[in-house]
Amino acid sequence: MTNLATVTDDDVSRPAALGPRPYDVEKIRADFPILSREVRGKKLVYLDNAATTQKPRQVIDRLVRYYSEENSNVHRGVHYLSELATTEYENARGTVQRFINARSEKEVVFTRGTTEAINLVVQSWGRTNVGEGDEILISAIEHHSNIVPWQMLCAEKQATLRIIPVNDAGELLIDEYERMLNPRVKLVAVGHASNALGTINPLSRIIAAAHANGSLVLVDGAQGVPHIAVDVQALNCDFYAFSGHKVYGPTGVGVLYGREALLDAMPPWQGGGDMILSVSYEKTTYNALPYKFEAGTPNIEGVVGLAAALDYVGSIGLDAIAEYEHGLERYTTKRLLEIDGIRLIGTAREKAAVISFVLEGVHPHDIGTILDREGVAVRTGHHCAQPLMTRFNVPATGRASFGLYNTREEADALVAALHKVIEVFR
Amino acid sequence: MSDLRELYQQVILDHNKNPRNFREMADATSRVEGYNPLCGDHYTIFLKTAGDKIDEVSFTGSGCAISKASASVMSSTVKGKSRDEAEQLFDTFHRLVTGDQSGLDAAELGRLAAFSGVSEFPARVKCATLAWHTLRNALEGKDDKVSTE
Repeated sequence: MTNLATVTDDDVSRPAALGPRPYDVEKIRADFPILSREVRGKKLVYLDNAATTQKPRQVIDRLVRYYSEENSNVHRGVHYLSELATTEYENARGTVQRFINARSEKEVVFTRGTTEAINLVVQSWGRTNVGEGDEILISAIEHHSNIVPWQMLCAEKQATLRIIPVNDAGELLIDEYERMLNPRVKLVAVGHASNALGTINPLSRIIAAAHANGSLVLVDGAQGVPHIAVDVQALNCDFYAFSGHKVYGPTGVGVLYGREALLDAMPPWQGGGDMILSVSYEKTTYNALPYKFEAGTPNIEGVVGLAAALDYVGSIGLDAIAEYEHGLERYTTKRLLEIDGIRLIGTAREKAAVISFVLEGVHPHDIGTILDREGVAVRTGHHCAQPLMTRFNVPATGRASFGLYNTREEADALVAALHKVIEVFR
Repeated sequence: MSDLRELYQQVILDHNKNPRNFREMADATSRVEGYNPLCGDHYTIFLKTAGDKIDEVSFTGSGCAISKASASVMSSTVKGKSRDEAEQLFDTFHRLVTGDQSGLDAAELGRLAAFSGVSEFPARVKCATLAWHTLRNALEGKDDKVSTE
């Protein structure tokens, strides 16, 4: 594996003998039909990947094939199609298990997305294990989905939600965090990477300290899985949540990884079909893991589409993707800093390819409108992280977030469009 | 660039940079907050009324150029007007920014005409109308926060 720190701007022409073949971004782009479309008469420059990613032909075709040839309900019928759909659905669980290196397929629960996965833990584990006076720690750079469910739990249980502070670069104050750990802390919930700032959290240190304190750790991996190779056993986290649509898969599907012993001890959180072994009016016996947590007909096409997406990402390799995106982030940062009056929000040393910025004298919403007219799609606003905006004393930011198919030419297009913004406003 | 110039007309850029009536009002008869959670536009409108007449309007807060310029132009446009006249102006303004411009009278529009380009940017209509919605609530004596989401 290449050391990320040694990646330079000009590492495109290395001899083959030195390592894997160069990253063929044009070949990758050709897999994504939407990237060749125009918007507003301009070539689409899609830099909103932290909101959702575009889908490769391999995923789109997989969804079409599912509905054209395989559609049926799972875990129900004895007929051919039901068996086929069930096999594909369960094979997808195996794909996810291998992708994140879970010990067992029982540790992979399909959900609607990261948000639902976190809510599952809150409703099931949280309501069983958190009581009055207990504490939950989250960081100051969390997405609302890793704030609000814990807030609701703490309000219900008269527990306390405490916030691990960050420095001006957007990095967790790890010493401060370690001082906050005490016997009342039942769980620490942190993002793998920040959707608003790009900061990659030092998970191994966070998790080791939490475990030494007897606290569990939930990782919100929505922005981790698309950019960083995830090995839940190496991380040693207790829960890991992520979404399909942020890793080039369909919307409406996500994953909760949980340690088997923990999931086993947790009560179901939704009742219905599929999560039971037997039902009478007097008593219901719940199904085994992971079905106990999958009530009702699941998002079958979403699950098989997610497996296709993970296969696609796996075929390129997350180490190669991480290295490529890191180069892109360094290049874009350098180009953006050439612009007069720009300020980057979030300058952590360990960063995913997410760049938040403000431009002096121009509100981000106006930046977004003008960039859009240039075909450049960025997110502007609070990025579902309002407390974070307050911490950095900005009402909102512009955010360019990169994916495995973005190019330096697109970073240049972003910079050129920002000059248009300045032209309009000055 | 032409539709952008149409959106960001000189009047709007000017009112954004130098908003009129941009201050708190200690002796306001009502004050109402307006908030657009989508983009974080957040203003407080201060109103001083005497009977049916709007004596003074001011505002504080922050947001995009469209929302700030709209609040600024609104504050100077409705000053001295009756409640009904202010309501009529909002109706006219709303039609202007949503593209229902048939029969709108340029003389009646005055400076509001600078916002005609907004109708080409549906995502920005909420920015343009935030201050007006807030004003309406203030006039109707509702002091709950206005949200355009």
